[in-house]
Amino acid sequence: MTAAIEIKDVQKSFGNVHIIRDLNLSIAKGERHAVIGPNGAGKSTTFNLISGHIKPSSGEIRLNGDVISGLRPFEINRRGLSRSFQVTNVFAKMTVWENVRCAVLWATGHRYAFWKNVDHLPEVKRRTAEILDDIHLSHRRDVPAGLLTYAEQRELEIGITIAGGASVIMLDEPTAGMSHAETDRAVALIRRLTEGRTLVIVEHDMSVVFGLADRISVLVYGQIIASGTPQEIRGNRKVKEAYLGEEAH
Amino acid sequence: MLELIVISTLNGVLFGMLLFLLSSGLTVIFSMMGVLNFAHASFYMLGAFFGYQLTKWIGFWPALVLAPLLVGAVGMAVERYGLRNTHKHGHVAELLLTFGLAFAIEEIVSMIWGKSPVDYRVPTALDFPAFTVFSTNYPAYKIFMLAVSVAIFVALLIALKRTRVGLIVQAALTYPSMVGHLGHNVGRVFMLVFGVGSALAGLAGVIAGPSLVTQSDMAAFLGPILFVVIVFGGLGSLPGAFIASLLIGLIQTFAVALNGSLASVFGPLDPNLGPSVLTDVWNVTIAQIAPILPYVLLVLILIVRPMGLLGTRET
Amino acid sequence: MSEVTAAHEVKERSEGRVLFYATWLIAAIALILLPLIFSSGGSLTSFSLIGIAIIFALSYNILLGQTGLLSFGHAVHYGLGGFLAVHVMNAVANHDWPIPLPFIPLAGGIGGLAFAILVGWVMTKRAGTAFAMISLGIGELVASSSLILRSVFGGESGITTDRTALPHMFGWTFGPQRQVYYLIAFWVMVSAIAMYALTRTPLGRICNAVRDNPERVEFIGYDPHVVRYFAYGFAGFFAGVAGGLTAINFEIANAAYLGATQSGLVLFAAFIGGTAYFFGPILGAILVTYLQLGLTNVTTVWQLYFGIIFIGIVMFAPGGIARLLMMHRPLIRAGSWLSVIPSYLVAALPTLALALGVILAIETVAHYTTTGSEGNVINLVGIPFNATAPTTWLAAAVLVIGGFLIARITWRRVVEAWDRAAGVARDRGYLA
Repeated sequence: MTAAIEIKDVQKSFGNVHIIRDLNLSIAKGERHAVIGPNGAGKSTTFNLISGHIKPSSGEIRLNGDVISGLRPFEINRRGLSRSFQVTNVFAKMTVWENVRCAVLWATGHRYAFWKNVDHLPEVKRRTAEILDDIHLSHRRDVPAGLLTYAEQRELEIGITIAGGASVIMLDEPTAGMSHAETDRAVALIRRLTEGRTLVIVEHDMSVVFGLADRISVLVYGQIIASGTPQEIRGNRKVKEAYLGEEAH
Repeated sequence: MLELIVISTLNGVLFGMLLFLLSSGLTVIFSMMGVLNFAHASFYMLGAFFGYQLTKWIGFWPALVLAPLLVGAVGMAVERYGLRNTHKHGHVAELLLTFGLAFAIEEIVSMIWGKSPVDYRVPTALDFPAFTVFSTNYPAYKIFMLAVSVAIFVALLIALKRTRVGLIVQAALTYPSMVGHLGHNVGRVFMLVFGVGSALAGLAGVIAGPSLVTQSDMAAFLGPILFVVIVFGGLGSLPGAFIASLLIGLIQTFAVALNGSLASVFGPLDPNLGPSVLTDVWNVTIAQIAPILPYVLLVLILIVRPMGLLGTRET
Repeated sequence: MSEVTAAHEVKERSEGRVLFYATWLIAAIALILLPLIFSSGGSLTSFSLIGIAIIFALSYNILLGQTGLLSFGHAVHYGLGGFLAVHVMNAVANHDWPIPLPFIPLAGGIGGLAFAILVGWVMTKRAGTAFAMISLGIGELVASSSLILRSVFGGESGITTDRTALPHMFGWTFGPQRQVYYLIAFWVMVSAIAMYALTRTPLGRICNAVRDNPERVEFIGYDPHVVRYFAYGFAGFFAGVAGGLTAINFEIANAAYLGATQSGLVLFAAFIGGTAYFFGPILGAILVTYLQLGLTNVTTVWQLYFGIIFIGIVMFAPGGIARLLMMHRPLIRAGSWLSVIPSYLVAALPTLALALGVILAIETVAHYTTTGSEGNVINLVGIPFNATAPTTWLAAAVLVIGGFLIARITWRRVVEAWDRAAGVARDRGYLA
């Protein structure tokens, strides 16, 4: 079966600095895969490589079997991959409703239409309302996104990411900066929304990682030093030395 | 023909150095502060007019020193009281502030000095032919201009590579957000950089004024070319600005000097053909299209290499 | 959502809709009645110019306010539209084609659109500051080329036409200014409705998204480049319509239509009016046209005043007049806006003094240096000031310095009053 994401021998250097070396990773369809590692290991760079933000210096990245390395982000997005951002990246001046609606427009086939009234598209309305309900922000639908609380913005971020119906969802530190209660809510949300889809998630909060992931890969200095089930990773000595320390919660 | 080439090369390099003097200040300010100073050419114009007025009052050589300082002071004031307050509204607001400023400065200049060219003369000490190329006398003043430009260029290079402030500016050219982590006195560094950049533009005006025409539309004429230079060279790239300045300086100068047209090469069109786009294009001389050549280059670079010759950063 | 809040929201929305349609209806009625109330020739000309400026400024805002593209060269579409309109009008008259005058602005629109399609793809490759600089360059390119291609652009004197030479419609010759005004008013309504409708389409919404966060837009499946190209095309079309109407109004098209001054003016209008609201550029167009018409008679340096007003708006009110007005909406709804009025009145006096001082200073310098223009007397609020007298300089200095110092204090009071009123509004739930 083709993997959802396949990374083969990818290198990335900026000038003389090798950020990513010989990266090899395979993520199966429907899998929930977490990428962990110390700061500066290259996790965000890996995300950016997959989503098309930057090009690999060498190597290949495939999405559902098709080569996507070198494509523009919107081309990759149209092939079924969507991502969220570490720094909240919503449309600040537009309302919550409009944010989600924009994310729904391409997937519902409306493209660059300038002859339709966006308020009179029932399918768009329905999907937007549905997603707003899913992320529990229906009561805040008319608030400009820039005025939401931090946790609400992160939830909106997730909502925008899944709104297009992508089959592969990548979340970059979705619970960063959240309180304990907010994190639990976010995890439940993520689990529910990514039912049946492939999820790749970068996280520092180990309770989230071990609670959510089917498989975990550990990235250190641009290379994957271990990849396996949570049990395997917990017991892995290299991982303990490099990252987890003696006790992992 | 050879004479034409030599003279035009000299003039072209001179114009190019002038453009670089202006575009380097613009590039450094842009790289450090993220704001493209629309009024940069206006500071050049202020330098020329201050130079003219001060020359009338106290002579050329004192004016050469004083006028750029005055322009630098104006620049620092603009940064301190204008840009710093607009910074929080974003880059568009900052750009528009400098745009409004350019507009206002042009109006003030034409209000005070009028709209016709002023009689800004080459100082008598330099008003002699430096050497003779074939049959043309090359004025000593132009050599002086070239010497000053090169001297400033060298001084800038040393300042950038050897001094502490220079190192900070260099770093800011490649990684501007680092400037934010400098800690204290970032405001003062900005004010200094803006002031020095403006003073350099003013100096360019003081020395170019007697040679080129000193008139209230100077800035409006040179401004767009300046922006073409930095977009062509790549926004934020000093070497790119250097290459682009020389290139555009040479192209423009040669175009004005050459006087050919399609008609002069291939002969006139059938006189029975009425006026049309074809006859316009056929009869236009290269000298006539010289003003638009920089913009043609702009379109070309956008098609071929949108980030400019040596540009690496998106704005 | 409970049933009560749902019902309340539905009621609010239908109320909003009535208000919305009422506003457009009132605007249409006002356009029709205006020349009947103010029927002098001067008024009709003013209204015509304002109408054209409204279409032009709205078209500009498709770029700036909607899509975040700052252009310094928007006049090229305006000018090219004007030139195409003039050529088409002459062709229609010469060849007896059955195209009456009201359709000519469409030709203008096509002219603007054609150029936008031609250069737009390359231009929209970059955004932000680079786009602004490129637009400046393209603007200069076209303006300079227009002087070379005499057959198309008529050189320095431009190309003239006769708007009455086209086939008549409803028996109107369009010779009298009144009829031209109604033609312009018609196109203002049509264009404004069309441009507003554009903001309610998927493309319009995504334009806003590109403005707010072009990076994110790629990750919801859109190519920002294509979005910007579309916006550029629409902006070019409507600018061309405005240019065509100008050509009809003045029966001439010349290189000034394409120039940097024209580009600067529309930028002023849109920005001063306020780019964040649809009606902002409309306000700005009205204000800028009035200022232009009014100031040119009163002072020689009207462009300087424009520059100063623009700088003032950029520094102190970058959201424009529209934002200043809309800022008060939560306060009005909460009922606390009356508490701010007294502080406004108090602050108005020193600010007015400051403004008068600045005007006096500028006019004095202007009269001083332009020898022989209307003598040396400046008439400010009915008081004659002698430009050469030192008392005038003293008065100006006092007004400026005194006005500035006192104004600072009073504006601080305004901010305090505003904070209090905003607090009230927040408590009552009208402000987030």
